[in-house]
Amino acid sequence: MIQNMLESSPGWFNFIIFFILGVILLFIVLGFVTYSILAERKVMGFMQLRIGPNQVGGRWGLLQTVADVLKLLLKEDIIPKLADKPLFILAPIIAFAPSFMVLATIPFTDKFQFADLGVGLLYYVAVSGMTVFGVLLGGWASNNKYSLLGGARATAQMISYEIPLVMSVLGVILLSGSLNLNKIVEAQAHGWFILLQPIGFIIFIIASTAELSRTPFDLPESESELVAGYHTEYTGFRWAFFMLAEYVYLFAMSALITVLFLGGWMSPFKFLNFIPGSVWFALKFCFVVFIYIWFRVTFPRMRADKLMEFAWKVLLPIALANIFLTALIKSLFFGA
Amino acid sequence: MIRTEEMVLNVGPQHPSTHGVFRLIVKLDGEIITEAIPVIGYLHRGTEKLAEDLQYTQIIPYTDRMDYLSAMTNNYVICHAVETMMGIEIPERAEYLRVMAMELNRIASHLVWWGTFLLDLGAVSPFLYAFREREMIINLLNELSGGRLTYNYMRVGGVKWDAPDGWIEKVKEFVPYMREQLAGYHSLVTGNEIFMNRVSGIGKYTKEDALNYSLSGANLRSTGVKWDLRKDEPYSIYDRFDFNVITEEGGDALARYHVRTKEIEESLKIVEQACEQFPSGGEILAKVPKIIKAPKGEAFVRIESPRGEIGCYICSDGKKEPYRLKFRRPSFYNLQILPKLLKGENIANMIAILGAIDIVLGEVDG
Repeated sequence: MIQNMLESSPGWFNFIIFFILGVILLFIVLGFVTYSILAERKVMGFMQLRIGPNQVGGRWGLLQTVADVLKLLLKEDIIPKLADKPLFILAPIIAFAPSFMVLATIPFTDKFQFADLGVGLLYYVAVSGMTVFGVLLGGWASNNKYSLLGGARATAQMISYEIPLVMSVLGVILLSGSLNLNKIVEAQAHGWFILLQPIGFIIFIIASTAELSRTPFDLPESESELVAGYHTEYTGFRWAFFMLAEYVYLFAMSALITVLFLGGWMSPFKFLNFIPGSVWFALKFCFVVFIYIWFRVTFPRMRADKLMEFAWKVLLPIALANIFLTALIKSLFFGA
Repeated sequence: MIRTEEMVLNVGPQHPSTHGVFRLIVKLDGEIITEAIPVIGYLHRGTEKLAEDLQYTQIIPYTDRMDYLSAMTNNYVICHAVETMMGIEIPERAEYLRVMAMELNRIASHLVWWGTFLLDLGAVSPFLYAFREREMIINLLNELSGGRLTYNYMRVGGVKWDAPDGWIEKVKEFVPYMREQLAGYHSLVTGNEIFMNRVSGIGKYTKEDALNYSLSGANLRSTGVKWDLRKDEPYSIYDRFDFNVITEEGGDALARYHVRTKEIEESLKIVEQACEQFPSGGEILAKVPKIIKAPKGEAFVRIESPRGEIGCYICSDGKKEPYRLKFRRPSFYNLQILPKLLKGENIANMIAILGAIDIVLGEVDG
């Protein structure tokens, strides 16, 4: 249905439908962010011998994040006197907007997808790369030394890790023969790419952790060194926007991994086909999110200089070798 | 050529990783430190000067607040100094209680170090695991002294309170439990590639440097110098226990990490043996005069605290207050090598190096 409308001539009707769908997705994503933060705190609490939120909204703390967000919205909006005001205001928006834009191409089920782009994967990578501007500008505009260091680190890290990230999915593209995310899912009907591309998967999950700047790659905001990194000077809803961007990316990245490596909406076994695709997607997706949380609880932080070395000297060569290997196997055994 | 400017970064006194109110002014070339100037004194309370107007027993609570992670050893050093001057014989039972309290406190102190060091390196969970075990030690010491952090437990001539019923059994149970947990710590952290990357070869100094800077404790033993006052100048009843002095050869943060974690095991050994040898009855306080007056003269004693050699010098003119009291505070001395270690390192290493030295600001500032 969406595809037909995309191809039809633009008009008010189309616009309104798309607007409404967009708002629905926004609320789904916001709901996800709200409860993934809660889940993260609960899982971390469980792993760290704590209880986690348990007061606001019953004993599961179901309204804790809502209360937190409300508090952030009501907070005084502070812009430091010496900050570069326009950039300071613009930075969180630049950081957030692309994180939401990338969701358009993700096929949540075989029917529910906003834009079935031919180059969906490329679109994702290109648009998500824009977030780094927001982070860099935020660090620069704050006129704070910790922010500057954090922003510079974040930029270096995100750019460096984008390369192995893209290289690692080239194997998937080779196997499926398409950049279209729908086609990639369909190509996994007989075997998920996590099985066919184990090296690619591992590189992708490492590089994506770095892209999300989560532990062990949380250097841009490494609290023990740089206080809060690029968002040291941010408060209230501007800060909330940075955090929102971070968690929406967590959503997007987990969805992308599900699509690229875990077979998207497809069930793992034929006899389980009666369970709807959306359930499968949600299950796989939650598993990926859980893995990210698990990482966060377990690992210490990488060191800044080793981080770069790791991206360029370890991940990139392995990713390139993986492409070569995949191409070789494909042409030898499966014909061109 | 790119023209770069030197940046002056003021770290602290309210920075999350300076463990209190330590301040460090670092000059940065990019992320490389070209110069580091430590600024101390934000927590200075003038313990030594205050002591000049206090009776000896009244000084003990002040020592609690110096190295607040290891108040028992501080208690001991002041009591030991006065006892040495007065020539008091300590009852057997009191000596055992003192040793057990000090060793348990040493374990607790090393646990805090272990947890916060990893917190500095960005791992949150170990901190909470370490605090679970520390909590048990604190409960044990709480049963003994009534305090959780500032115990004020020891007195000139013995200890204030006897062990409550069943306390020894609880300590006995704690020892194997702690060993088990320690193995868990190692499997979680030690050997983790990221962790090893961050600590091995970082903050390295030689044996000569360590001796020239008068470092002590784990900071000294990590360079291979076998020097532990519990063995080399046995005080209290340490000569009755079988334990090893842990040394490492590396001289880097990793070596200090290993020294401290292994010291926990050695302390457990001492506690275990002390539980077995614990006398079933007897006094806990020697016969001391109501008002304690150290005889005219001076004395200097030193013992091994978790952070190194803590010394106490008393100069008395025969009154009930000391004429002059001076503490050799190991954190203060250990900190002196920091500017030398930081030069040429990057900012991320700065935190690891500072963390590995293991300072307690209460002790640095006195």
